[in-house]
Amino acid sequence: MSKRIVSATINGEVNEFLVEPYHTLLEALRNELGLTGSKEGCGNGNCGACNVVMNGQLVNSCCVLGVEANGATITTIEGVAEGEQLHPLQQQFLEDAALQCGICTPGFIVAAKQLLETEQDADEERMRHFLAGNLCRCTGYDKIIKAVINARDVMRSTAGAR
Amino acid sequence: MLAKHGAAARVLAGGTDLIIQAREGRRDVAVMVDVKGIAEATQLSLAGDGALRIGAATSCSAIYHNKDVAKAFPALIDSASLIGSVQIQARASIGGNLCNSGPAGDSIPTLIALGAACHIAGPAGERTVPVEEFCTGPSRNVLQNGEMLVSISFPAPAAHSGAAFERFIPRNEMDIAVVNACSNVTLSADGQTFTAARIAIGAVAPTPLYVPAAGAALVGQPVSDATIAKACEAAQAAATPITDMRGSVEQRHHLVGVLVRRTINKAVKRARG
Repeated sequence: MSKRIVSATINGEVNEFLVEPYHTLLEALRNELGLTGSKEGCGNGNCGACNVVMNGQLVNSCCVLGVEANGATITTIEGVAEGEQLHPLQQQFLEDAALQCGICTPGFIVAAKQLLETEQDADEERMRHFLAGNLCRCTGYDKIIKAVINARDVMRSTAGAR
Repeated sequence: MLAKHGAAARVLAGGTDLIIQAREGRRDVAVMVDVKGIAEATQLSLAGDGALRIGAATSCSAIYHNKDVAKAFPALIDSASLIGSVQIQARASIGGNLCNSGPAGDSIPTLIALGAACHIAGPAGERTVPVEEFCTGPSRNVLQNGEMLVSISFPAPAAHSGAAFERFIPRNEMDIAVVNACSNVTLSADGQTFTAARIAIGAVAPTPLYVPAAGAALVGQPVSDATIAKACEAAQAAATPITDMRGSVEQRHHLVGVLVRRTINKAVKRARG
């Protein structure tokens, strides 16, 4: 089986890359494009460590074939900060010590960003429900949820100030 | 493609089961045919008369984000919004859940209770199968090599009708049902008598189960706890559960009664508006 050419807009830039038809989007991102921020936790859609936003939808990139990304628009954890300027979620994860080993963190930030961008008034219950597809084996989740709540408040006040 | 490769070929919709099964070596797949480019397979069409047609590859999130569908078919939303996580729902399809034919598939009792039909296409032409006749055993269904499920159609909900789906899991989210159930009831205009009902249960037999006797126990009877208890008993009598890591025979029998009662009550509430 030969490699296929895939063209996708990733973090705002058009990328062309070769991928085996049986490789996942996660493998393509990490191995072909060097975007190693997305992690493989479980590799079967349970843990969310590989989360990316594809065509406006939060997906597990381990459950998407690389070839399915042809023509897609994708945002990975590498596209979350604006240059040196951390996203409020990234800043808040640091300030609230919402990570320990860090493997789940890129997925949590990509997922939480998707939530806060679509539902800026999400409450804690909604956050916990939405983030049920992201597993963390270190923190016990409370610090993560606290960081997301604080980031929501920062994002709301910034949006209000505009 | 499907006809040419026979059993070695699989239809790819959301991929949340197929890609994992293939990669973990649980299923030998030489060829995957991505059908998401076929308009019929990703449609979501609510007709003027209220009938609904869903492409087999339409994602759960596309279904529950459609406000008109959510309003007209709340039981379908009950199912679509608790299959896996948000990430899974963005890709996973109702058609895939049905074709996987798991005894505990969380959309299947709902499709059965809503009277849905499977539209299948293959080299020999097209055919239509009621959802309750689609699954033939765990991970087995009526699809022949070369055939694919194209879409699922739902009749327009009757006046004064309502439906609801529930499942029991030991966690809050992200688990496989110990038991699930969907009830679809139609009431008289005054909302006091059952005039029609379809009830289906899951995870208590080799396939999701349509229980005509449970619906029959309601029809013509007043809406009351006593009537609903009869339907629950009929559903319990039809269940043939096993004991496994998720639950015991006794627990599942008990849960069938609980979930059928809860879903009938919820369906009645929705029917009354």
